[in-house]
Amino acid sequence: MNRHAALQLREAYNANVFSVPELKAGEAGVCSVCGCGGVAYQIGDSGPREGRGLNRRTLAWQSTAHAGGPHLGPADTRQERGHAESGRRIALEQAILSRNDRQARQNRMDFAQRGIRAINLMSGPGAGKTSWLVRTLEALPEAMPAAVIEGDQQTDLDADRIRATGVPAVQINTGKGCHLDAAMVAAGSARLGPASDSLLFIENVGNLVCPAAFDLGETAKVVLLSVTEGQDKPLKYPDIFAAADLLVITKSDLLPHVEFDPQIAHGFAQRVNPKLSMLLTSARSGEGITEWLAWLAALPRGTSARMEEIPGG
Amino acid sequence: MHEMALAEEVRRIVEEVALAQSSRRVASVVLEIGELAAVEVDALRFCLDLALHGGAAEGASLEFVSEPGEGICPHCGARGPLHARLDPCARCAGYGVRPVAGTAMRVKAVEVA
Repeated sequence: MNRHAALQLREAYNANVFSVPELKAGEAGVCSVCGCGGVAYQIGDSGPREGRGLNRRTLAWQSTAHAGGPHLGPADTRQERGHAESGRRIALEQAILSRNDRQARQNRMDFAQRGIRAINLMSGPGAGKTSWLVRTLEALPEAMPAAVIEGDQQTDLDADRIRATGVPAVQINTGKGCHLDAAMVAAGSARLGPASDSLLFIENVGNLVCPAAFDLGETAKVVLLSVTEGQDKPLKYPDIFAAADLLVITKSDLLPHVEFDPQIAHGFAQRVNPKLSMLLTSARSGEGITEWLAWLAALPRGTSARMEEIPGG
Repeated sequence: MHEMALAEEVRRIVEEVALAQSSRRVASVVLEIGELAAVEVDALRFCLDLALHGGAAEGASLEFVSEPGEGICPHCGARGPLHARLDPCARCAGYGVRPVAGTAMRVKAVEVA
């Protein structure tokens, strides 16, 4: 990908997430991700940028609520603040994802206060997250109310499948984004308003790489791997298996037809996560559903299922 | 492409510093990316070039510092270097070494002009 194409991609990303292209800097806008209000501002318009992609013709907008406050306004605001003395080095030591981590802690506290257990479902595309979730919702006893946040780049299709089971669902479209983050989950949860003591399933964007890096404030992370994928996937994508609290192998009804040994896949995953347990499941045959419901029922209310957090991460 | 999300966060952090320091230009940004952090430095550098475009840190020099990975073996308890999450323990060859250093992604320092 060359630089020009990448700049266009970035514009498309911003335009997709913040669909208020008609706004002028300073006007109020509404973020299309979470519906929050904010004052629009413009990225990069402090001079002629011919041939460099970002110009008055291709405005990219963000809501200040997402950008860290109105102080991140147009370049003009900064220019009014006078000159600084030159060459000062400011030591920060600030985690790049500190804002996400703060929001994740807030989510965790909010969930804890309401007895909500949030389950982050992660897998590559096509592993069967939605099918397994639908099966789960159909099997859940009435005493275990549930709600679902669906993450996809495009379409409401998955949320529609969930709603067909009678369970409330909200769809978050990330546009070009490859993962859900803590702010999206907070917004989705606010829109859903899950009942106290319910299970909140968060179906992440189908991706075995990026979701591993983003704490959502969930109670537990579950990674799903289907038997039609390679059993060596835990070796190829170790980070997501290292982050998980449970490995769910899906589509077990297809095992007679494929070269996939669940024990070998589990063993590979345990190389990065020795305590990781495994469930063999099939949405079609119902295998594993009883064990899965028991695992869900045993989740602690309002704390992380993970006993030891990796420091500095 | 979560590198783009990381790069946008770096921009936000750096712009906040520039504003707090009443500075219009950031001369350099020092980033620490641990050996075991889930990001490719080359991809992040590429995305930073785009994300910093048009802001106070456009054209700033980017310095990457690596923090060496370290882990503790769950079998023999040895603490030692860990260069990749899947590497076995250097002493007992067991798997499942738990990272204790080298997972961080930080903005270490910013130099304002």
